[in-house]
Amino acid sequence: MTNPTAVGGATQIPVGTGSKATRVIGVLALVLGAATLAFGLVISPPEITQGDAVRLFYVHVPAAMMSLYVAFSITFVGSIIHLRNGSKFWDLFAGASAEVGVVFLGLTLITGMLWGKPTWGAYWTWDPRLTSTAVSMILYLGYLVVRRLEMDPVARSRRAAVIGIVSFANLIIVRYSVQWWRSLHQTSTLDPRDTQISGLMYFSWFLGTLFALAAFAWLVMHRFRVAWMEDQLDAHHLDTALAERRAERPADGDTGGATKLQPGGA
Amino acid sequence: MGWEFTIPGYVIVFGTLIAYAAHLVRRGRTLAAQLPEEKRRFLD
Repeated sequence: MTNPTAVGGATQIPVGTGSKATRVIGVLALVLGAATLAFGLVISPPEITQGDAVRLFYVHVPAAMMSLYVAFSITFVGSIIHLRNGSKFWDLFAGASAEVGVVFLGLTLITGMLWGKPTWGAYWTWDPRLTSTAVSMILYLGYLVVRRLEMDPVARSRRAAVIGIVSFANLIIVRYSVQWWRSLHQTSTLDPRDTQISGLMYFSWFLGTLFALAAFAWLVMHRFRVAWMEDQLDAHHLDTALAERRAERPADGDTGGATKLQPGGA
Repeated sequence: MGWEFTIPGYVIVFGTLIAYAAHLVRRGRTLAAQLPEEKRRFLD
């Protein structure tokens, strides 16, 4: 990802997971977040039938896009690469992306429920889209649980990668559930062939998506670096323990006071 | 109409993201403090 920043010829040692790149993306996310709040809650108009509940669209859809399309796709690709060549980078990157994806998917489900109550009259129904999304949540929570199991790290990473690949199949069901079955959930509002919003509403959704993308990038970079340092710390503890054991072992020829058996001796 | 659902939705979204971001920054600083300086670097 990045090395320590060279400043004036000297190497600046990082004191955390921040870097110049994350600071730039962080400022961008703050600006876009403020713009999303302004346009989503104040400037964009209420919808004729849904009223102000339509404003949830500007956070619900971007959160769903980040989790289902971006985060879990990265996990899918990272898992394949890790299984092919054992790359630690892709293993940790896939895990970081999955965790941030689960956060966004949780927000998708919560905002969807809050939007469902005023529009459908219920927070939850066992609709194909809602059900398949909930299944995705369970699958990726399982993926994160497997990543934390106390077992051989290589086997753990490989098992997690298999789950990361298999779980991706459910995302296809989520994507097409509103077309394959009769669903209470609407079809895509943003279908390029038949976009159903325009003007300030479309712009507010666009801002919300840019904000979600910047926030996702910032969070994944920090989460990856946390995972990387956790891995380094485990290796450091192992190295320290091995060095201590070697220091305790007596030097060659030194029996540590024990009686040495002589060949042929009684 | 609908503000009673919209406002909690926005509070949950922005609140969760801010809390998670703060958790990651704190965790990163704690880990960095435990690592020797030569290992406190990320991948190229």
